[in-house]
Amino acid sequence: MTDSGFKKLVLSHFWVAFGAFGVASVLGLYQVVERSGLIPALQSPKVYFASVSTHGVLMAYVLTTFFVMGFGYLVAVSSLKTPLWNPKLAWVGFGVSAFGTALAAIPLLTGRGSVLYTFYPPLQASALLYIGAALLVIGSWFWCVIMLVMYGQWKKGHPGETVPLPMFANTANAILWLWTSAGVALEVVFQLIPWSLGLMDTVDVGLARTLFAWTLHPIVYFWLIPAYIALYSFVPQAAGGKLFSHELGRVAFIMLLILSLPIGFHHLYMDPQQGKGFKLAHGVGTFLVALPTLITGFTISASLEKAGRQAGGTGLFGWIGTLPWRDPMVLAAILAFGMLIAGGFGGIVNASYAMNAMIHNTAWVPGHFHLIFAGTTVILYMAIAYYVWPSLTGRTLVSRTLPVIQLWTWFIGMTILTTPWHILGLLGQPRRISSVVYNSVLTLAWTPYELAMIVGGAILLGSALLFLYILWKSQTAGAPEANAEIRYAGYEEPETPVPVLLNDFKLWNRIILALMLVNFGYPIAQFFFTKTFGSIGWGY
Amino acid sequence: MSNLIPVHPLEKRWIYVVLGVIALFLGAIFYTALVHQVHPPGAIETIDSATLHLGGEFAEDKLGVRTDADGHLRATLVAARYGFYPREIRVPEGLPITFRIASADVLHGMHVPMTNLDTMVVPGYVSTVTTTFPKPGEYPMLCNEYCGMGHDHMWSKVIVVSRESWKAAAPQTGR
Repeated sequence: MTDSGFKKLVLSHFWVAFGAFGVASVLGLYQVVERSGLIPALQSPKVYFASVSTHGVLMAYVLTTFFVMGFGYLVAVSSLKTPLWNPKLAWVGFGVSAFGTALAAIPLLTGRGSVLYTFYPPLQASALLYIGAALLVIGSWFWCVIMLVMYGQWKKGHPGETVPLPMFANTANAILWLWTSAGVALEVVFQLIPWSLGLMDTVDVGLARTLFAWTLHPIVYFWLIPAYIALYSFVPQAAGGKLFSHELGRVAFIMLLILSLPIGFHHLYMDPQQGKGFKLAHGVGTFLVALPTLITGFTISASLEKAGRQAGGTGLFGWIGTLPWRDPMVLAAILAFGMLIAGGFGGIVNASYAMNAMIHNTAWVPGHFHLIFAGTTVILYMAIAYYVWPSLTGRTLVSRTLPVIQLWTWFIGMTILTTPWHILGLLGQPRRISSVVYNSVLTLAWTPYELAMIVGGAILLGSALLFLYILWKSQTAGAPEANAEIRYAGYEEPETPVPVLLNDFKLWNRIILALMLVNFGYPIAQFFFTKTFGSIGWGY
Repeated sequence: MSNLIPVHPLEKRWIYVVLGVIALFLGAIFYTALVHQVHPPGAIETIDSATLHLGGEFAEDKLGVRTDADGHLRATLVAARYGFYPREIRVPEGLPITFRIASADVLHGMHVPMTNLDTMVVPGYVSTVTTTFPKPGEYPMLCNEYCGMGHDHMWSKVIVVSRESWKAAAPQTGR
C-alpha cells in the first residue's frame, strides 16, 4: 500500500469512474427537465435520446466497471497484504477499457449511437459504439485474470488458511463477471459488430435479446458486490463493532454468484421469442436470489445492533440512535438499506412472472433500478471512496461534515426522484419517451409527478458535484496523513477454518455451468435449429 | 449447511422466515399460472417481418377485429413506425379477445395502461396475448419500447364499448 505506483493505478480507475459519473449526472438533470416539457425550447428527441444513451453507458458500464476494477485491486492488495501481481498487465487492462470508452463516446456524443445502453437491434448504431463497448469489457477481463491469479497464489502460499472475506467476495465477483459478460460479448462480437460493418445483412433479434438477457441480470450483482464488501467488511467496524457472521457472508456471496446467473429471462417475460416454461423457471431463480440479499440484511443489521448496544443503546430500537450516524460509512449503509428495502418491494412486482405485465417498460422500471443501483449501490461506492481516499492520496478529507451532507442529499434526491417515477409507471407512462404528446386524458395526471422529478434531479446533481468537490479538494488540499490504512472488520465468532466449500470455487463453477446449460441451453439452441427470420438494420 | 458451519439460532430462524416468504410468493405465482392460466406471452411463432405487407395474416386488408368461426374475438395488428395499425379499434367489454401483433420494422412494445394488455413486439416473431377489458372507455395503446426519434408519437386508440352496443352493431369484419 505504500507503493505510489499502485496508488496511482487505483486512483486512475476511480477518477475515470467518478468523472463519468459527474458527466452522467449533468445529463440526468437535463433529461428530467426535457421530459417534463417545462421549457419548450429544450424539446428535442435527437438530443434527448443521445443523452439517455450516454447517461446509461456512463453510469452502467463506465462508472461501474472502472470502480469495480480499482476497488478490486485495492481489496486484493490490502486484504491479502501482498503487492499487486503484474501491475503492467493491470495498466494494459485499464488502457484497453479507457480506449474502448473513448471510442464509444464518439458516436454517443454525435448522435450516431442513440440506441440506448441496451443496444436494441435492429436499430443500428455506428460500429464504433459496439467496438468500444467490447473493448471496455475486454479490458475488464485483464482485471478478472489478475484477481484470480492473486487469489490462487495466496491460497498456495497459505495452505489450510481461510481466504479473507473481502478477497473471497472479490474473487467471486471476478468469476461472476467472466460468466456474466460472455453473453453480451457473444452478441456484440458475433452479431452486432459484423452486422454494423455490413459483413452480415441481417441480425436475429430474438437471439440478440436472449444473449443480452444472459448478461442483464448478473451484471447488477457485478455492480453490487463492491457495495456488499463494504457492508460486510467496513460497516461493522465503522459502527464500532464486529461482523456478526463471516461464514454466512461467504454463503451469501456464493449464492449471489450461482443464483444471479441463470435467471435473466425476467427481462424477457413479455417477449415472444421465449416460451412460458423457461420464463417460469427463470422466475423461480429470480425469487431465490433474494435469499442472499436478505441474509446480508440480517447479518449487517445484527452487526449494527450489537455495535449500537455496546455504545449504550437499549430497548427494541434504542440501539439505532446510538450508532455513529455522522460516520459516512455507517450513514451510507443505513440509507442504502432504506432504499434497498423500498426498491426490493418494487422488484417483487417486476419479478412476478405475470404481474410484470402491469409495469413492464413503464416509468416504474427506471424508478426501481435507480433506487437499487443509483441509490443502494452508488451511495456505498461514495462511502467507500471517502473511506479509502486518505490511504490513496496520503491526505485527510477536507471536511467531516460535507460527506455527511452529501450522502443525505443523495438519499433525499433519490427519494424525490424515484417516488413519482414509480407512480408514473402505475399511471401507465412508458419509460423511454422524450415528451408527452399523446392526446389522451390519461396524461393529465402525469404532469405534477414529472415536475417533482425535476426537484429530485436537481438535488442529485448538486450532491454529485459536492461528492466530486470533496474528493478533489481532499486530494489536492487535505492535511497530510502518512499512516492511513485500510482495515477490515473483525468477526464476532472465533476464527476457525471454514469448510473447504466456503473457501473455493471449483464445485460452484461446475454448478453454474450445469444451471446455465439447463436454463439457457435450449433457449439459445432453438435459434439454430428452427427457421427464424433476421432483421435488416434500421436508422432512428 | 448447519452441519458444515455453525449457524446462529437467530440466523436459522431468519432463513426459515425468508424461505417461507419466498415460498408464499412462488406459490401464488404457480397457483395463478397453473390453475388460472395467467401467463405472459410465450407461444414462439416466427414470421418474416420484411414481407408482412405482401400477404398472409398481417396483410393490410386482414387487420382489425374479427370474430373467428368459433365465436372468439381476434384483433390482428401491425406495429410499425409510428403507430399500431389500424390506428383505432373497437372491442367489447367483458369478452375475451386475442391480440396477434407483428412488427414491420424495429422493436416495439404494446401497452394499454390500466389494463394488463402488454407485450413486446419483436421483429421476426408474432406476439399473441389474450385479455378481457373490464370497463368501457377510450384507452390509449402506447408504444413502450424505444423505436426511433418518433417514438413519443407512437400510439393508437382502443375503444371499449359496452356489451349491449357491441351486440347492436353489425358484426365486424376487418376494419
